[in-house]
Amino acid sequence: MNTLLTTIPLSTISIGAIGQIVSLNVQGLLRRRILDLGMVPGTPVQCIRKSPAGDPIAYLVRDTLIALRNEDASQISVTLL
Amino acid sequence: MTQLNIEEHHRILREHFGITTTPGQFTVALAGNPNVGKSTVFNALTGLHQHTGNWPGKTVDNAQGSFTYRDRSFLMVDLPGTYSILAHTIEEQVARDFICFGKPDVTLVVLDATCLERNLNLALQIMEITPKIIVCVNLMDEAIKKNITVHIATLQKELGVPVVPTAARNGEGLGDLRQVLYEMSLGLALTNPRQIIYSLEVETAIQELVPKISRFIGHTLNPRWVALRLLDGDQAFIASIIHYLDLENTLQELAV
Amino acid sequence: MSAIIKPMITLKEICTEAEAIRLTSQNSLGDKIVSDIYVNAETIANLAVTRQLSERPNLDSRLDDILTSRLLGFPIMLLLLSGVFWLTITGANLPSEIIGNALFAFQDQLVLWFNLAGAPTWLTGLLVLGMYRSLAWVVAVMLPPMAIFFPLFTLLEDLGYLPRIAFNLDNMFKKCQACGKQILTMCMGFGCNAAGIVACRIIDSPRERLIAILTNNFVPCNGRFPTLIALATIFMGGLVSSKYETVIASLVITLLVLLGILITFAVSWVLSHTILKGETSSLVLELPPYRKPQIGAIIYRSMIDRTSFVLKRAMIMAAPAGAITWILANVYIGQSTMIGHLAAWLQPLGYAIGLDGFILLAFILGLPANEIVVPILLMSYLSSGQILEFDSLNELREILITHGWTWITAVCTLLFCLLHWPCTTTLLSAYKETGSKKWTFLTFFIPTIIGFVICFTVAQSARLLGLV
Repeated sequence: MNTLLTTIPLSTISIGAIGQIVSLNVQGLLRRRILDLGMVPGTPVQCIRKSPAGDPIAYLVRDTLIALRNEDASQISVTLL
Repeated sequence: MTQLNIEEHHRILREHFGITTTPGQFTVALAGNPNVGKSTVFNALTGLHQHTGNWPGKTVDNAQGSFTYRDRSFLMVDLPGTYSILAHTIEEQVARDFICFGKPDVTLVVLDATCLERNLNLALQIMEITPKIIVCVNLMDEAIKKNITVHIATLQKELGVPVVPTAARNGEGLGDLRQVLYEMSLGLALTNPRQIIYSLEVETAIQELVPKISRFIGHTLNPRWVALRLLDGDQAFIASIIHYLDLENTLQELAV
Repeated sequence: MSAIIKPMITLKEICTEAEAIRLTSQNSLGDKIVSDIYVNAETIANLAVTRQLSERPNLDSRLDDILTSRLLGFPIMLLLLSGVFWLTITGANLPSEIIGNALFAFQDQLVLWFNLAGAPTWLTGLLVLGMYRSLAWVVAVMLPPMAIFFPLFTLLEDLGYLPRIAFNLDNMFKKCQACGKQILTMCMGFGCNAAGIVACRIIDSPRERLIAILTNNFVPCNGRFPTLIALATIFMGGLVSSKYETVIASLVITLLVLLGILITFAVSWVLSHTILKGETSSLVLELPPYRKPQIGAIIYRSMIDRTSFVLKRAMIMAAPAGAITWILANVYIGQSTMIGHLAAWLQPLGYAIGLDGFILLAFILGLPANEIVVPILLMSYLSSGQILEFDSLNELREILITHGWTWITAVCTLLFCLLHWPCTTTLLSAYKETGSKKWTFLTFFIPTIIGFVICFTVAQSARLLGLV
C-alpha cells in the first residue's frame, strides 16, 4: 500500500471529483456529527455543488447530500479517487 | 414482571417521560433518521388521535398518538429524528433515555430505502440497546424511482428482526406494519438481533468491562451497550444510569 | 438478590476502569466504535441492496442546479418567499372580513341577551364590548393569514426546499457569526414571532440559537401586517395618485421588511461580538431529496394546529387585554377617561419619537396582541367605549389626519410597529425556550430600545431639517 499518498483538504476537490477520507482534523460536536453521518476514514465523498456564494459546499456521502462550510471541509483530509 | 412492577413502570413513564398509558396499552417508540418519513408513518397510524408537546423539562418536541388494531390498543411515541443514538445532542439523549429507561414495549425504527447504509447505523445501535425492535423500510416508492432494490427477506435474515417495507405516503405496507406490531404485542414475533462485531481493540475493551457491568446492572440493560457508552466517555449516560437505576433499586426495595 | 449494596461506588469503579482504557487508546475509541458500526452497516447493505446506476443526472440534481445556482438561486428564492407572503396577505382579506362580520354580528346578539338577562351596563361592557370584542377581532385578523401561511410553509418544508434556503444564505449569516438556519426561523417569524422562536430549535449551537431568538421580532408577523399595510396605503400611497396606491404601499412594506432583515443582521453581528461572543459553530446541513408533499394531509393538519393556536391565544391573551382596555376607556377620572389621562402623560415621550401619547399608549396596550393596536388607537381618538374597526381606508385617513397625523407620524408609527417589544405570547415562548429571565428580558428590551432610538432620530432629524 502506497503510504505516500498525497492528501488534500476536502474543500479543494472540484465539483464531480470523489475523495476518500483519510483523516478528520475537526474536534468536538462537529467531529461527532460528521462521523455519525458516515464520514469515517475510508469513505468516498463526492463534491456535488457549491452555494451561490461559494460556501457552503454540498457533498454526497453514502447517498446523502450534506452541506459543509469551507473552513470545516478544509479540515478533512482526502485522497483523490 | 409482578403487578406492582408493571404499575410502577407506568408511573415512571408518566413522571419522567410525560407519557400516560391505559391498562393493556402497548407502547411503541418510533425512531429514525430525519427526513425518512417518520412523521408520515406516525400520522398514518395515529390519525388525529395525537397530541404534541415537549419532553418533560426539555425543549424537545414530543408527539404521542394512539391507535387500535384488532383488540389491541397501541400508544406510539414519536422520538426526535436522530442520526445516531450515541447521544451527542439533546435530541439523541431524549431518544436514548426513552428507549433505555422508558422501556417501550417495542421500538419501531423507520429507515429510508434510498440510503439504507446510513440508516442502518441507527438501527444497529438501537438493536444493541434492546431486542424488542421492528424495522420499517420506508420510501420504497422513492427507491423504485431511483432504480434501487431492497431485498427485504435478505435484510430480515441479516438483521434478525422483523422488517416491513412501506411507502407510507401512499399508504402502502401500513397494514403489514400494524399486523407485525400486533404480533409483537402478543409475543409472537421472535427477534434475534444481529450483534455488532467491533474491531479487536474495541472487543477486547468490551470483554474487560462486561462481567463487572453485568454484576452491577443485571438484566436491566445490555451490558455490551453500557460498556460501549462508558468507553466512549458518555458522561450524560452515566448520569442517566444513576438517575434511573437508582429509581429501579428503590422500587425493588419496595417490592420486596 | 439485588445489587443495592453501594451501587454508586461500584459504578464509579467501572467508570474509572473504562476511562483508563479509553485514554490509553489515544482517545480514538469513540471514532473506532462509529467506524465499526458502519463496517457492519456496509456489509448488510451490500447484501440486501442492489442498484442500477443511471448515467443521466436525476431530477433532484437538475432542480438543485437551478435552485442553488448563482444566477437563478436567489431570484427564485425571493420570488417564492414573496409569493408566499403575497398569497397570505391577499388571500386572508376576504375570510377575515367574513369571520369578522359573523363574530361582530354575534356580539350584537350577545348584547341583546345580556340586556334581556338584566345585566348591568358595566358588565355587558366589560364582558361583551371588552373581552369578546377583542377576542373576535384577534380571531378575525389572525386566523385566515395563519391558516394560509403555515400550510404553505409546511408544503415548502415537505418538498425539501427549506434547507436549500439555508444553503443559499448561510454565507451571509456566517459573516455575522450566526447560522444559516436562522433564515428559516425568520421566515417562520413572518407567520408568527412566537412560532419563529420555537423554530429556533433547529439551530444546534446554543449561542446561535439565542441570537436567532433575540432578533426574531425584527421580522413583522401576520398580526402586524394589517397595521403596516393600512398605514402605508393611506399615507404613502395616498401621497401619489390613488392609481398607484397599492404599488407604492407594497414598495413601502417591502422596504420595511428589508429594513427589518438588515437590522437583524446588524444586531446579530453586534451580539456575536459582545454579549454572545463565542466560537463560530459549524454547519452540517442535510439537503434531502425533493419529494412530492402530501398536500391534502399537510393542509388539513396545519390548519387544525393553527386554528387551535389562534383560538387559545385569543382567549388567553386578547380577551383579558380587551377587558383591561375597556375599563381604561370607560372609567372616568374627572373629565377624562383613564386612557385620556394616560395618553396625556405619555404625550411628551410619544412626541419625541414622532408619535403621540395615544399611539404610544395603543402600542403599550397592544402588548398582548399586536392586532388590537389600531382598533385601540381609533377607540382612543374617538373616545368611543369600545375598540373600533374602520370601514374604509379613507375613513381611517380622515380620523388620523383630524387627530394631527402628518406623514412623519405615519413614518414613525410604521417604524415603531416594526421595531418594538414582542407580544406576550412571543415573550412567553422565549421564556420557555431559553429557560432564563435574563434572555427573555433582552428579547423585550433589544427591539424596544432600537425602536425608540431610530424613531427619535428620524423624528428629530425631520423636524430639524424643517421637513415637517
